[in-house]
This record gives sequence, structure tokens and C-alpha cells, in this order.
Amino acid sequence: MHRFGETVAVDHLDLQIGAGEVFGLLGPNGAGKTTTIRVLNTLLPVQEGTVRVFGLDVSRYATDVRRHLGYVPQQLSIEAALTGRQNVTWFARLFDVPRRERAARVDEALATMDLLGVADRLAGTYSGGMIRRLELAQALVNRPALLVLDEPTVGLDPIARESVWDRVRQMRDDYGMTVLLTTHYMDEADELCNTVALMHRGRLQVVGSPGRLRAGIGADATLEDVFRHYAGADLGGDEEQKGVRDVRRSRQTARKLG
Amino acid sequence: MSVAVVRPRASWAEGIRLLVVRTGALSLVELQKLRHDNTELVTRVIQPVLWLLVFGQIFSQIRAIPTGDLSYLAYLTPGILAQSALFVSIFVGIQIIWDRDAGILTKVMVTPTPRSAIVLAKAFAAGIRGLAPVVVLVPVALLLGVSITVNPVNIIGAAIALMLGAGFFACLSMAIAGVAQARDRLMGIGQLMTMPLFFASNALYPIDIMPPWLQVISQINPLTYLVNALRGLLVGAPATSGRTSAC
Ligand SMILES: Nc1ncnc2c1ncn2[C@@H]1O[C@H](COP(=O)(O)OP(=O)(O)OP(=O)(O)O)[C@@H](O)[C@H]1O
Ligand SMILES: [Mg+2]
Repeated sequence: MHRFGETVAVDHLDLQIGAGEVFGLLGPNGAGKTTTIRVLNTLLPVQEGTVRVFGLDVSRYATDVRRHLGYVPQQLSIEAALTGRQNVTWFARLFDVPRRERAARVDEALATMDLLGVADRLAGTYSGGMIRRLELAQALVNRPALLVLDEPTVGLDPIARESVWDRVRQMRDDYGMTVLLTTHYMDEADELCNTVALMHRGRLQVVGSPGRLRAGIGADATLEDVFRHYAGADLGGDEEQKGVRDVRRSRQTARKLG
Repeated sequence: MSVAVVRPRASWAEGIRLLVVRTGALSLVELQKLRHDNTELVTRVIQPVLWLLVFGQIFSQIRAIPTGDLSYLAYLTPGILAQSALFVSIFVGIQIIWDRDAGILTKVMVTPTPRSAIVLAKAFAAGIRGLAPVVVLVPVALLLGVSITVNPVNIIGAAIALMLGAGFFACLSMAIAGVAQARDRLMGIGQLMTMPLFFASNALYPIDIMPPWLQVISQINPLTYLVNALRGLLVGAPATSGRTSAC
């Protein structure tokens, strides 16, 4: 459960994410996806309940959890006054990538994202899609055990999107990485995720494999139909109302990973 | 499926290592940013040079300010160095807010980096920026006939004092940023603070020609202490008063 003042952004969320899976968090705007992610990656304090990542309680072992996280926030964010390579090297240092391996690991991350050719240009001259890929390179340079991606493919062209998916899959297969992502593209979630969870107004509506969720709705339902079914009628509706709703004490919220 | 991949590594030695190593890494990034965009360093130097050239020259002509055996320009030079360090540093808080709004701070905070390292690196960068005008200001002062010490110990001491002073004002600015939150609000507060800090100090004139209430403020003004240190080290006059004599 997480509140911003009167707004209950995440409410009694109880989730487990299995190691090595690609887990999609879906839901309409304002559902609480970003808030969930920010609690999980230690940016926001755990207000109520327990959150464990890699079996560690994030409110006690934040630093240890961070060592094994890669994070791409919803907002595009790179240091425009540095080159692409410097941006990635910076994060390699922040994650204690050993000096001997650093240059090679940075090149590897840049190459994975197809950025080697422009690595020495200032990141401020990159296009939106290139910035996104640079951010992925930053997040991957420490070979995280958990990669957290908040709408990683927003603003990417279809080919670039496809290539990001391929990279994510490849990283999972090569390093057994767990991936937690949010997206508004249902086809993306369907194709990429082993499990999806659908949130609406801070509450978990349903969890399962995309196939199972589709089957639960109808014979040839798409994931978009599933989305409509659970979040449907009042999409983007009265935001204020939910804020004052439910200030009961919540039972323990446990979210586990690993 | 339940694999405990992570064993906690907390210890005070690890805490210190993280602080040192991360401050280094973040400071390096600050230097790299300065290298790619050094227009700021250049523009920041123009104003203090004008202070020396215009204000300094005119006020030494009219001999309005009693500075004892020290020429007014010699008196003013350390004051202007301290002033430029203050002006650079007081806006560091805006940079941190900028980094936050750009989402960069968020990403750094998700890495195993102590938050104090973020602050220390910004203070370090402010120190470097505070030091940069020296390269231009000292030669200008020499051209104007100010005799600045050539003793390397004094020069290094002055550089350290200047960096510490700039770092101090940077930290002050970041502390205010934590309260002000918004960029434009901080801009206003910064502007509101620099002028009183500057004029209620001994940067331009000795404290004992001020009215008593202003003297009290000057005595607790951190800028006064920085100016004193620089004066003592560079032109050999710990000039808290007009009656000082140059050694
Ligand atoms: N810093 C904040 N202060 C106050 N309210 C917030 C804050 N951050 C989020 N909220 C509120 O919490 C709720 C959940 O927001 P959140 O950003 O988690 O949604 P989301 O599912 O990521 O949406 P989107 O798909 O638009 O990114 C919203 O009602 C939002 O207004
Ligand atoms: Mg979001």
C-alpha cells in the first residue's frame, strides 16, 4: 500500500515475481504501476506491508538490492552533456564494475543496443529512440539480476521496439535475468511476458500468463480485450474519487521476488 | 524458483568505501560535464573581472575606503575571488533540482550510491568552478599592480580555502533546494541571498566602517571568513579592520 497524502496509489498489492521470468505490469494511466515500481526499487519508502527483492527486505537492505538492479524510468533521462560512452561508463562505476572489465563491459552494453557507432557523440544529440537504447545500455552494464523497465518502448518506432524486445529476451536467456516491465502496448505484453498482472486504481485485478487471461475472457479474445474487461468501463475516469476511498488499515502487503 | 541471490554486505568499512568511491565517480562526471560545456566557466569570469577593473579602479582613485597600508585593489582582489565563488555556488541547488526533474538523480539513487556522495560531488564541482576564475583574475590583478604572494604554500592554501568556501556555499544551496523544491523558487531565493551575503561582508570594505548592526551581521557572515582567509594568504593581510598593515 502506498499513499501520496490522501491519494492511495497502490492498495493491497500482493504479487510474486518468479526468477528468470518476464513480468508485465499493466493497467490504465494512474493505475499505480510506476508507484509500485518505485517502491520495489527502493526509491519510495515502504509505507505498509513488506516488499522483498531477491529475498531481501528492501526497507532494510536497500543498498544490497540496488547492486543487482537495472532501472529504466518512464521519463527519458540521460546526461546530455556527456557522450553516450561516458554515460554508460558512469553507471559501470556506480555499480562497481571492476576497472579491468569496465571498458569491455561498456562496449558490450553499447553494442547490444547498437550504439557503438555513435558512442562518442554527445548524448544530447541523440534521438528519442537512441536515448532509450542508451538508457537500456546503462541499465544493463552491471548485468542486473532484475531489470526494471517503466514503459521502455514508448516513442520507439516498430523496428526499434522489436529490437528492444529481442535484446530483453536475449539478456534473460543469457544471464537468467528477471525482467519487470510496464507497457501500454498489449501486443508487446502478449509477446514478451511470461506473466502479466493487471492493476486498476491501485488494486491488483488479475495475474496470469497472457494465454490464460485471454482464454478466461473468450475463445479468441486478445489481451486488449482482457484489459478492457478489467479496467474497462471507467478508463481514465474520476481520479479524485479513488483518493479518499479506502483509508482502512491494510493487511500486510507482501511482494516477493526470487 | 526461490533463489536467494543476494547476501547483504553491510559494514561500516563498506559504507566508507562506497562514499569515497562514489564521490570520486560522480566528481569525475561533473568534470566531464564541465569539459564538454565550458561556456559557463568563461561567462562566470567576466563579471568578477569587471568588478576589479571598474569598481576597483574607480574606488582606488577616489580613496573612499580606508584599507590601511594595503592598496584598495589589493584589498579588493581576495574579496572578488570569494564573491565569484559565492555566486557560482549559490546556484548549485538549482542543478540538483534540474537533475531531479530530468530524472537523472532518480537513476543515480537506484544505484548503490550513498546520497551524501551526490552532495559531496556537487560541492567538489562547485569548488572547481569557484577556483576557475583565479586563472583570469590573478593575472588581471597583477597587471593592475597588485602584489600577490608567490609563496606556493600560500597559493595552495588559498586554493583550498576557495574550494572549501565554494563547497560550503554549494551545500547551503543544496540544503535550501531541499526545502524550496522548485527551480524558479530557488532562483529567487538564491538571488535574494547573494546580495546581502556579499554586501554585508568585508569583501568590498572593512567591517569597522559599517554601522554597528551591519557589523554584527558581517561577523557571522561566512563570506567574511573566506575573504579573511584569502586576504591573509594572498596579500598578507588578515584585514578584518581598516587598520591592518601589510606584512
Ligand atoms: N509524487 C506523487 N504525488 C502525489 N500523487 C502521486 C505521485 N505519484 C503518483 N501519484 C498518484 O498515484 C497514482 C498512481 O500513479 P502512477 O504514476 O503509479 O500510475 P501509472 O500506473 O504509472 O500510470 P501511467 O500509465 O500514466 O504511467 C495516480 O493517481 C497519481 O496521481
Ligand atoms: Mg507510470
